[in-house]
Amino acid sequence: MNVSVRKVIMAAVAIDGKKVSGVPVFSAQNEEEQANIATILSRVLEAVVHDMGNGVYIVVRH
Amino acid sequence: MSNVFWGIATGITVGTLARYLMMRRDVRQYPSYPHAVVNHLSLGFLAATLGAVAIPALAAEEYTAVTFLALAATQFREVRSMERQMLVALEASKLVPRGKDFIEGIARTFEARNYLVLFIAMLTSGITFWLGFLPGIIAGITAVAVVRKLIGGKVIMDIAKVRAGEFRFEEYNLFVEDIHIMNVGLERTRKIYEERAKAVVLEPFNDNGREILANVGQRQAIAHDAASLLGIYRDVDTAEFTPLLRRNKDTGRIGMIILPLEPDIECLLQAVQHVPVLESAIAKPLASRAGRCAAD
Repeated sequence: MNVSVRKVIMAAVAIDGKKVSGVPVFSAQNEEEQANIATILSRVLEAVVHDMGNGVYIVVRH
Repeated sequence: MSNVFWGIATGITVGTLARYLMMRRDVRQYPSYPHAVVNHLSLGFLAATLGAVAIPALAAEEYTAVTFLALAATQFREVRSMERQMLVALEASKLVPRGKDFIEGIARTFEARNYLVLFIAMLTSGITFWLGFLPGIIAGITAVAVVRKLIGGKVIMDIAKVRAGEFRFEEYNLFVEDIHIMNVGLERTRKIYEERAKAVVLEPFNDNGREILANVGQRQAIAHDAASLLGIYRDVDTAEFTPLLRRNKDTGRIGMIILPLEPDIECLLQAVQHVPVLESAIAKPLASRAGRCAAD
């Protein structure tokens, strides 16, 4: 039987790591690096990147 | 040759032919593959045989033959379950899945069509048995024509106006007109949307249409059909390009965003217009007094 996770925050990517807790956090130096990390994570995890509006990207498996 | 022979023979022939005619749909419809056609034609032949022998058997006072019909019911349920299992198993390999409602609808259709074949075969064999070959064939062909007309069902253009829409981003939020679709986090993804995406708006004609389009399974079926007809700009690792249909909670209008490989909006509209209305999505609030009263 295949088990898959859905509607789960797989990771967060932030410049200011203090804004996130409870999920794996990837720190970035600047916005470009943040977007790159988020893109790689979304490809690897087959997930979607959402902008929290406070400088944090979350990667969510839908 | 006796009436019994001709009754059974014409029943089986017309019934099997009816099954074949009911399968002939366009390419997005399942089945369109040779092996699936052979499977269902064989099952249709069995259904036609069971139907065709029923009347001659009853006429010969072989009343136990009626139990064959119970056997048929069990067999047809098996067909439904077989189709469901197969389509669910294939679901994981689709870039845009059909969804459970669509699969259930297809499985139910397969079961129901076998019953129709049984009734057509029974009618044809009965009339041939009593009235002769020619009336039997005429009755069979008429029944096939009537059934083919009745099984057509409704499509989206019968319940809603389908038109091209405008989409825009407000910061990272994607909207189709006034309908929020999703939060698109990355600038590079938003750029691809701006280059390639197409938006469609579905405006239900009345409250019945509104409730049909509120069904999530129906919306998934629209996304699946549109993506399979026009191609989809996505792969397994680009989940952000999944076509989405979201609802305006006030009006029940639906906004759809899709990144088709073929960017022709007219073809996209046509694809959406011809998506079948799923049986499981059909709702008729206007058939009730409360529904009519609320619609004022």
